[in-house]
Parts: sequence; structure tokens; C-alpha cells
Amino acid sequence: GILHGHEKLPELQSGNCSVLNCRIILEINMASGQQWVLVEMVQAFYEAPAYHLILEGILILWIIRLLFSKTYKLHETYKLTEKEKEDLIEEWQPEPLAPPVSKDHLHLNYDLVTGPPSHKIILNGKECINFASFNFLGLLDHERVKEKALASLKKYGVGTCGPRGFYGTFDVHLELESRLAKFMKAEEAIIYSYGFATIASAIPAYSKRGDIIFVDEAACFSIQKGLQASRSFIKYFKHNDMDDLERLLKEQELEDQKNPRKARVIRKFIVVEGLYINTADICPLPELVNLKYKYKVRIFLEESMSFGVLGEHGRGVTEHYGVNIDDIDLISANMENAVASVGGFCCGRSFVIDHQRLSGQGYCFSASLPPMLAAAAIEALNIMEEDPDIFTVLREKCKHVYKALQGTTGLKLVGEPFAPALHLQLERSSGSRDSDMQLLRTIVDYCLERHVALTLARYLEKEERFLPPPSIRVVVTIKQEKEDIQRAVSCIKEAASVILK
Amino acid sequence: GFRVAAVRSSLGLLHTLYFLVCHVAQVHAASHHDSQYNRPFLESFEETPMLVAVLTYMGYGILTIFGYLRDFLRHWKIERCHIAREKEEQRDFVPLYQDFENFYTRNLYMRIRDNWNRPICSVPGAKVDLMERTSRDYNWTFEYTGRVVLDVINLGSYNYLGFAENTGPCADSAAEITMKYGVGVASTRQEIGNLDRHEELEKLVAKFLGVESAMVFGMGFATNSMNIPALTGKGCLILSDELNHASLVLGARLSGSTIRVFKHNNMQSLEKLLRDAIVHGQPRTHRPWKKILIVVEGIYSMEGSIVRLPEVIDLKKRYRAYLYLDEAHSIGALGSRGRGVVDYFGLDPCDVDVLMGTFTKSFGAAGGYIAGKWLIEYLRSHSHSAVYATSMSPPVVEQIITSMKCIMGEDGTTIGCDRVRKLAENTVYFRRRLREMGFIIYGNEDSPVVPMMLYMPAKIGAFGREMLKRNIGVVVVGFPATPIIESRARFCISAAHTKEMLDRALSVISEVGDLLQLKYSRRRIQPSLSLPCDDIVFEDIDD
Repeated sequence: GILHGHEKLPELQSGNCSVLNCRIILEINMASGQQWVLVEMVQAFYEAPAYHLILEGILILWIIRLLFSKTYKLHETYKLTEKEKEDLIEEWQPEPLAPPVSKDHLHLNYDLVTGPPSHKIILNGKECINFASFNFLGLLDHERVKEKALASLKKYGVGTCGPRGFYGTFDVHLELESRLAKFMKAEEAIIYSYGFATIASAIPAYSKRGDIIFVDEAACFSIQKGLQASRSFIKYFKHNDMDDLERLLKEQELEDQKNPRKARVIRKFIVVEGLYINTADICPLPELVNLKYKYKVRIFLEESMSFGVLGEHGRGVTEHYGVNIDDIDLISANMENAVASVGGFCCGRSFVIDHQRLSGQGYCFSASLPPMLAAAAIEALNIMEEDPDIFTVLREKCKHVYKALQGTTGLKLVGEPFAPALHLQLERSSGSRDSDMQLLRTIVDYCLERHVALTLARYLEKEERFLPPPSIRVVVTIKQEKEDIQRAVSCIKEAASVILK
Repeated sequence: GFRVAAVRSSLGLLHTLYFLVCHVAQVHAASHHDSQYNRPFLESFEETPMLVAVLTYMGYGILTIFGYLRDFLRHWKIERCHIAREKEEQRDFVPLYQDFENFYTRNLYMRIRDNWNRPICSVPGAKVDLMERTSRDYNWTFEYTGRVVLDVINLGSYNYLGFAENTGPCADSAAEITMKYGVGVASTRQEIGNLDRHEELEKLVAKFLGVESAMVFGMGFATNSMNIPALTGKGCLILSDELNHASLVLGARLSGSTIRVFKHNNMQSLEKLLRDAIVHGQPRTHRPWKKILIVVEGIYSMEGSIVRLPEVIDLKKRYRAYLYLDEAHSIGALGSRGRGVVDYFGLDPCDVDVLMGTFTKSFGAAGGYIAGKWLIEYLRSHSHSAVYATSMSPPVVEQIITSMKCIMGEDGTTIGCDRVRKLAENTVYFRRRLREMGFIIYGNEDSPVVPMMLYMPAKIGAFGREMLKRNIGVVVVGFPATPIIESRARFCISAAHTKEMLDRALSVISEVGDLLQLKYSRRRIQPSLSLPCDDIVFEDIDD
């Protein structure tokens, strides 16, 4: 390099060299005599022709630009041409909107009920005793309820033609709300036009993104949908396992201590059912209330199966345990089981409930409950209030059925003795869910032949968070006499011994 | 004499010219939609006047400042606080509501709360009886005086075909079924709540719509929110109109699909999303979408607009997407045969993959349906509603069967047909008169949902109250149901409205409109007295 440099020196002296060359030489001669070169450089600069300088200037700018501009864009080369796009669009084949269902799909062929679905029911053309509808108090075809519904129909017609906000609030709705509140001894109640939508709307009205909900694994599907709509963090605890719940609460408490600022805005809820529809057992409410105050978590209680069933006056789990209703932040239930009408309600303190009137989606954005159905519910409440004995009668019948169904070959009875909707599960699974279902279906059909109406508990197998095992529902109502129960039980036992051996 | 005649003839000429210009403009406007429309598709959304917009923002500004001031006073216990309080033992819990969450309710909504939830005590028909209520604490609580405000003209209920009745064939058959069946079912469709009446209704709905099969559900809201998740899931794309109803939004969200939103009724926006979706596939993985579902409504209940269905169908066919059409407001209310928006455009119902609608409105009942080819069997086995929700109440089913048969003329009368026609006439008449008065009216010429712009927050309450004073019940809506400056009143026209009722309502609206200075429109429209009124169209198309 040195030799090469020296060769260039004469050029420099002649003043024809470029500024760039000067630089190279500058570096080479750094050691020998810096000052001299600098002088030479300035001299060269003066002497260089203008075009040369301009060219050099452009080159320098170019280098700067290269240094600071990003590397060339890779994705530009990926950009699709219109033709390629058209081809892609042409190629794309969507899946069918609804996959074909095999004709013999168990869930496709519904049992057909002709006439009213009351105590005596005509199922697939056979007159049966109903052990499948949640008509616990037999109010579905109660004359008084029907009369009141009819009177309401004659006054208001059927539909409400609007949501509650826009002329869809009827005097009957206000009456039903205050009656429900009075019945439950709560401050306020709010009604929904669809049982399923009640808890599913109530949960997301309070619990938002970032909040935490502790839920029992056996929670029913409408709770699951409410959780999903809320977009909160969901923590499942083992069914009715208070230790597991406390473990989760403790974990959360530790988490909160780490980040107290965040903890101050994260709401926490426990969502449980009174009587679980999927397992027919009861939640340990007093312990839950203890945990609530210990860990400062609010409790939402779903009582569709226990409202109008448990407690001396049918007020549900709170009354059953003697828990103060004010300790539960929100109670929701549908009016489709014991009340045998349509719709649902939430009740609790006004501070909590009133919020739903602007935030409960199923309340705000849906047409209100047809007044005749509200009138029917009011009359059902009247009957329940006038004669609280019906709850005792129902409980006796439940216990009777529970006892009678013990010791059925191959079937195990799941649930509490006082639960009106029990499950009969296979003691030994045949291995696949489908064949279990078929087996149970054969038992149901066997009973149907002998005029006892039963049904399989239905679930969306792919959608359930924790899919309950296949089962036959056995529903107790006060309309069932001793003989009816006797017949049904012996029928089931017979079927089980024939089919399950 | 000659002079007058000349003036007249020149006026006539002007009219004719105006008329021609209008028509030419329309024809021109319609032609770029490939003449897919059998009649001019006229929708207008007149721009908010600048001054009005500024004043509206100022109005909200003042309300907000006062809101903060009053919150401050409440905080220091200078002003009495009416809000329900948290229980003493739970004061140290994380607050159930964030403070700002209820700011709007406390300080804006509460002032005009008396315009909503007005309780009624009669059939929600053309006229309705209201329970009189007063408030002594500025709407925090209401007291019922026990008096009834009789015969309020009802422009609020969605009683499009006037089937909200307590006498007549529908009520009679519903009454009969009530006594025979009772009102409850106490089981789900899949378990033991599948009544013969349900199956009959489903067959009838399919026949009514002209498709293979249908399924009915107990609640309109839930029909959307519980069935969309059965149809789409992860790896699917839902393209949803920005103004879609809450139930559709919820359903889409529950489905777990990716949701993209296109501009309201804007086909360019929809097409761009479709193209991009297919070309680029799913985000990050770039796998192709499993399926694409376009979700639109027939009539948009806050805008009064009608979906550009022919173009949507064109797009969905071109890009092999599926179409979910929510006819909550349009079924019964549109089309010469009352079959909804499909009928209105004269299209084949089989071109829509999922036809959804509700029974709450035109049929005067409750619940909803989904109809189509192929998919019903799948829904029967996979719909959330069929598995977990109590099935429809028998008298409600009966009301739908009877009213639907009436619309179809299967009852041997022309009552249904007449009502459909009457609704169309009422709609055109009412909209035309309002526009002539100088109000800004949104939406489609033929939509029985008529939004009239109020803009300013103070006018929301004032309009509702002034109308009620004059015995007319209207719905007023503001933020958050509408964009913040686009508060509006909404009239729902019914076939049950007589010409006298509409005229009375119109003259009152005009009077209150003058009082509150609501005649914002800057489009000068000649009153149509000297012109034949049937075939005049005053609007250009605003895209």
C-alpha cells in the first residue's frame, strides 16, 4: 500500500488529484507529516475544477444517503400482482357454512310433544307421566295461572313491540319486578325476557376485561357464555371444593400484594349455582360467604334450579341455609322452571341491580317480556306465597324418589336428596360417549313404551368447558303421586336390569 | 291576464325542469349500480350543518363542566347524593363501578331520563295509554300518580303491521292455546320441550320465506347471539357492518371468529375487506380463512337505511362468502308481499345463506327465527338455544302462526296484504311530509323507521317532553346509541296508523319543530301540492 501511495504523490503535487484521493493519501501519510497534507488538501480543493467538485459532492451525498436509508424493502418483492390476487381469490374454497349432519344424529330427531307439556304428556304419540319437564310446582297448567295469562292477553295482546326503554315497559313488568323483590326480600329485581339471557347478560354487565371471575367447574352453559362475553380472566375451581377456591383466592391475594395499584381496580367475583343443573347438588353457600368477606370478592348466585324449590318459602339456597340475602351481591334465576312461565330475573341491592338497566345487554337491546307471561309469573308467585306447603310437599317427593331410585342396577343416582332434577349416570362407561348415550337412550325408550316420559340431559359436547358425563334426567314435580313414582321407579329399574345387565 | 299566464307557464316550466333534473340525476346515480335495483335506491344522510355541530359540541361541553361541578358538590356533601350506595361492609371491596363509568348516567342521562322507560298500560297499538309519572327529585325517582294518559299516538313501538292487538283472530287463537297449553314449556327443544306447535310454526316460517327449512327461538336477541357461534368459529372471518345490532356483535364475539368491520352499507369497503381477507388469509399464520360470513341487517333501526342487498349478494357470490341477513326490522315491513328486504329487491331468498328475523315487531309476538338451506339440520343439533334454552311459549307461537298466515293471505282475507300496502303508503307519506317541513330525515325512502335529527343534547329531552305534552309518544335517542352529535328522534310507522293520526302527528311535530328550531335542512323542497305526489323523489343519492 505504501508504494502505491508514493506513486500517487506526484499526481497530488500537480494538483490534479481528487479530494477523495487526498483522503487516502492523508491516511497514508498520517505519520509522516499531517500538517503538510492538510495544506495540500486545501490547495487541491481550490484548484480542482468545478464539475469535479460537484461530482464529488453528489457522491458524498449519495454515500450519506446510503448510510442513512433503510436497506431495500424486502416485502416489495412479495407484493402480489393483480393477476396473482385474482388467482388466489379464484382458488379459495371455503368450508361449508354448516357441516352435514348424519340423519341418525342423536340430537337431530327431537321427541315430539303433542298438546301441553304438563304432568300428563303425549310424547311421540304416547300418553306418559312427565318425569322430564322442570315443572316442579306443577304451575304450567294451573288454572289460575292460565286465567291470569288470558286476562292479560285480553288487555295487552301478546307482544310488546319494543324494548323496555322504548314503550316496552308495561305496568305488569313493574308489578312483577316489585313482587319478585318482595318475594326474595331483596331491594330490587329486574326481569329479562329469556331465562338463558339473564345470567349471561348480568355477568358481563359488571365484570369487564381485566377483572377476575372464580367459577365452579360444574357451572351451567349460560354462565359459561356470560363469562365469555365478559372477557374477564376466568379461574375455575373444582366443583364445590372450597379448599381449591381458597387456594385460588390466596394465589390472587399474593398477586395483589405484589401489585397493589393494579389490585385496587381489579374486580373479583365468585360465580356459583344454587342447585347445579349439571350435578344436582347444592353449593356450600355459608362457606362461600365467609370466603367472600375474607378475600373481598363478590358473589353471583344462579338459582334457576333452586328458586321456588329450596327453603321454607321457596326463596332458594339463601333461605335453605339461612344466609342473609344481602350478603349475596346478585341472585339470578329463570322463571321457566318452578314458575313455569318464560323469562328470568336478577335481584339484590339496588346499588347492584339498577346498573343492569343500562348495561344488561339482554335487557336493553331485547324486546321486553310479553305481558301475559309476566302476568302468569305474578300469579305463580301468588300461589307460592299463599301456600308455602307446596315446597314441603315437593321436598318430600324428592326424597321419596331419591330413596326409591337407590340401588338401580348399573346406574348411579347423582344429586342431593332434596334436588328436584336428578341425574342417572352409568356406573360403568362402555368406553365411548356415543355408545353410552345410546345405551341410556334405550333405557329412556324402554320407559317411554311404558308411559313414563324421561329425557337424556343434552349438552353441546364440543362447547362445554367441563362436559358432564351422559345421564338421564329424573325430574320430580308435586303432581306426581305415589303410584306414579312407583311406576316410574320400577320401570327404570326394570329397564336398567334388562339393558345393562 | 297574459302576464299571469306567462308567469304560471314559466313556473310550470321550472317545475318540469326541476323534475327532469332530479330524474336525470337519479337515473345517472342508479346506473352505476348495474341496474340491480328495480326501483331507485334512495337514501340520504344530509350532512350536519357546521354551526349545529359546533353548538352541539358546546352543549356537551357545558353539560360535562356542570357534571364535574356537581360531582364536586356531591363529593363534599353540599349537594344531596341520590345514588344508591354500596353496603357498609363492602366499602373496602374493589369498587363495583369505576367513577367515570357512571358519569354520563349521573350527569347527562339523569336529566332527561323521563323520556325513556315510560310505562304503558294498554296494547302497544296505534294509540297507547301511558301511566302518568312525576319526579320530585329531578328524575332520580319516579312516582306514579295513578292517572293514565289516554290515547297517546304511538310513534315508538315496532308495531309495523299493526298485529299488536288484543282482539281479532290473532288474540283469539292465542287465547285458545293459552287455555289449552298454558304459557310455559319448562324444557328445551332437545329434551322434552319440542311441541307440535313449534314444528308447525317452523314449517310455516320456511314456507313464508320461500326456503327449505327454518328454526324458531324464544328471543330475538338470543337468536343472533346464540346461533352465530354455532355457524362460525376459530379460523373464520366475520365481516360486520359498523352499525350492526348489539346482538350480532355479541354473537360474533362469542363465536371466537375474527371480526372486521366495514363502513355502513358501503360496498367498496366491504369488497376491499373481502379481497384483502382472501388474498392475505389469516393474520400471522397466513392460512386461508375457513369461511367468511358477511353479517348485515335488512333495515338499520337507528339509521332507517336499507341494506344494498343486490350488491352484497353479488359480492358474496363473487368471493364465495356466506351471507347472514338480520331482518329484525324488515321482515313483514318491506316488500310487496311483506317478505322483507329480499322481497323488496325482488331477489331469490336462496341467495341468502342465513335468513334471520324476529317476531317481536311485525308479528306482534316475541322470539326469532333462522331459515335457509342446509344449515337448519345442523342448527337443530348444535344451536345453543335448542340445547340449553327453554322453548317458546305456546300462545306466543300461536300469535305468530296466525299473523303470518294473515300476511300470506292463508286466512282467506286480504287483511295482511292491505296492511303491508298501507304501511308502505304511510311510510312514503310520512317521510315526504317531514322532509317538506324542512327536517333532516335519515335513511331510505321506503323504510318505516324514520330517524329525525335533533343534534343538541338539550333538544333530546325537550322534544320528547313537548311531544308527550301534545299526546304523541316518540322515541328519542342520543349517545351512546348514536354518534355523539347525531342525537335523533325516531318514529316507527305502523299500518295501524290512520291518515288522521299521521296528520295530527305531523302537525304537532312541525309545531314542536318550530318551537325547538329543528328544521335544520338546507335542501329547499317545494311543497308538493301542485305536483302529482306519488312518483316524486326529492333526493339525490348520497353515498
